[in-house]
Amino acid sequence: MVFAESKPDLASMRILIIEDDHEAAQYLVKALREAGHVADHAGDGDEGLFMATSRAYDVLVVDRMLPKKDGLSVVAALRGRSDTTPILILSALGQVDDRVTGLRAGGDDYLTKPFAFSELLARVEVLGRRRGGSDIETVYRVGDLELDRLSHEVRRGGKPIVLQPREFRLLEYLMKHAGQVVTRTMLLENVWDYHFDPQTNVIDVHISRLRSKIERDFDKPLLHTVRGSGYIMRTDD
Amino acid sequence: MAASADGGRRGFGKRLKALSRMAAVRLSAVFLLLFAVFALVLVVYVNATASNILLSQSRQAISDEIEDIDGIYQAAGIIGLVQTIAVRSRQPGASLYLLTDPLGRILAGNVQSLAAGVLDREGYISEPFFYQRFGEKDGGQIHRAVAQIEELPNGMHLLIGRDQGDEERFNALVKRTVIFALALMTAGALAAWLLVGRRALRRIDRMSEASARIMAGDLSERLPVTGAGDEFDRLSDNLNRLLARIALLQEGQRQVSDSIAHDLKTPLTRLRNRAEAALGDSPESTPQRAALEGMIGEADQMIRTFDALLMISRVEAGFHPAMMTRVDLGEIVADVAELYEPLAEEAGAKLVVGECEPVMSEVSRELLAQALSNLIDNALKYAQPAEGPTRITLSLARQDDHCQLSVVDNGAGIPEDKRERVLERFFRLDQSRSKPGSGLGLSLVQAIAQLHGGRVVLGDAGPGLRITLDLPIRGGTEAHERKRDEPAEDRRTHPS
Repeated sequence: MVFAESKPDLASMRILIIEDDHEAAQYLVKALREAGHVADHAGDGDEGLFMATSRAYDVLVVDRMLPKKDGLSVVAALRGRSDTTPILILSALGQVDDRVTGLRAGGDDYLTKPFAFSELLARVEVLGRRRGGSDIETVYRVGDLELDRLSHEVRRGGKPIVLQPREFRLLEYLMKHAGQVVTRTMLLENVWDYHFDPQTNVIDVHISRLRSKIERDFDKPLLHTVRGSGYIMRTDD
Repeated sequence: MAASADGGRRGFGKRLKALSRMAAVRLSAVFLLLFAVFALVLVVYVNATASNILLSQSRQAISDEIEDIDGIYQAAGIIGLVQTIAVRSRQPGASLYLLTDPLGRILAGNVQSLAAGVLDREGYISEPFFYQRFGEKDGGQIHRAVAQIEELPNGMHLLIGRDQGDEERFNALVKRTVIFALALMTAGALAAWLLVGRRALRRIDRMSEASARIMAGDLSERLPVTGAGDEFDRLSDNLNRLLARIALLQEGQRQVSDSIAHDLKTPLTRLRNRAEAALGDSPESTPQRAALEGMIGEADQMIRTFDALLMISRVEAGFHPAMMTRVDLGEIVADVAELYEPLAEEAGAKLVVGECEPVMSEVSRELLAQALSNLIDNALKYAQPAEGPTRITLSLARQDDHCQLSVVDNGAGIPEDKRERVLERFFRLDQSRSKPGSGLGLSLVQAIAQLHGGRVVLGDAGPGLRITLDLPIRGGTEAHERKRDEPAEDRRTHPS
């Protein structure tokens, strides 16, 4: 059992990785630390459950296939104790109904192996900061861009921008997670509510349409492409 | 009849229809027909023979009497003849007698009138003619008879005949018997169908219900065995053993799939992660960086092919109740069209939603969207019409309890002899494999259609390709109703 020593700053999160593949776990721990987070590792289900209940974590990353106690049982045990820590389930069984059973067991998100680290990082960060409660806000603001979730109005610098319903939801999701990287898969899942793998990158075209609407007449870009990962909504300063 | 007890009129009609479709019933119908024809032939033969016998008996009797009367005429002359005829005419059950003078006037006998022209003939008249007996009222019964007519030396005509009423009565009797026998045979055959056929049909129904459940993916189900040891039991027994073997093989296949997923995808993750980590350390735009990026790209492609393969075998493995929800298929069509429309536009193509009838069915929303996405993707990649932009039309039609999801393009289409083959794994029309693609897209579409109990039909859109997913519409229970109003994000939020 290894507890990391560090002094978490505001943006940093404490993450527990429960994964039996030692090398993959070490890689995740190292990469998460490089991304500025605190990461611990548990090698089996029992140890993972013990660690998750003895310390407060912002996010748990749980592999589905674990020795001693399988991943879904760990999740179910935690939910049984009214522990609401966001959980990302990892699995090599990324097919058909596995996602549904994983989410039903109490997982918050599901990621299929193998995945790009950037995908995991983006999801972990969104899950961890989700507790900030941005669902309560009715108006999202990024720079001079404003999105009113109730009246469905979008303005930039006071000028109204007309968006299609789907474009509105796309922008809403991006602005809700402003300052965080969101991946193409996350957009497909959350804006379109589909989890399949489109053979071509359909999301990019939607982004570039949206971008042309919110940035065409303005100097400062707000919607940035993060190479190899996805997109981020933020002001440059 | 017995069947009407268990299902009312409509149920009975339905069962009768089902019965009429049974091979055994058809076979017995053929036998019934055959027996009826044989019986008819037999009856006709018997009837004809009997008629002949009756006729020849009549002829014999007539010629005996002619001989007899001839003797009297020889002995007693015309007076004796007339007296004899007058006496014989009045006897009960008498033959027909008629003596006329050369002008045709009646001198003696019991015949009042005759069919015209009979008396002009001479000798034995074998085809029956009509006559009326003396003393009967006008319009009374007209009888049929055979007779012999002799011309006496003095020019008088003597007719002696016999009534054919016996033969007619015999014919009528035979006719009634035949009708009765046929009715009896039909009723018997019908009863046999209903009793034997219904039992067989019930067992076959049970067997087909069980096999429908098995085909839907539940390989643990077995066909019913009654223990009677009859041919149905033997068939069920063999099929059950076949099923056990399939289940064993499939379990093996599933285990291999899972092992591949777990044991090969994990090192693949590591490979990709290492390349990604190295990418993070290396400075911008060096050959090493480009190589690493290329490596990640290749790994991703490998993973994608791998995923597609695994996905196909998972989908083929059968029914997954967890992912089936009751949704409006038109909504899936609209969603996918909306998702792909900008991409199509960028590729210079036009993606339109054609006619969409409302269809609610229990399906896997994800898999159907995946299938449509694969089809649109294929059309964008391969359609390439001879002139003008690519045009892709999505439509949804409904036919009774089936619906057809179609993707139609205006490209070159697929030659008829290749249409079956493109559904195979790794088969590609483009033999040089110069275009990107794994050759798995349509196989996955096929597997998805089969999972839903449907099939993929490739057709000609003249010009162009029409790919149709023909799916049965399945009803869903309220419990599976998907809550569409909730935004995706909120569904996954736990109260904090």
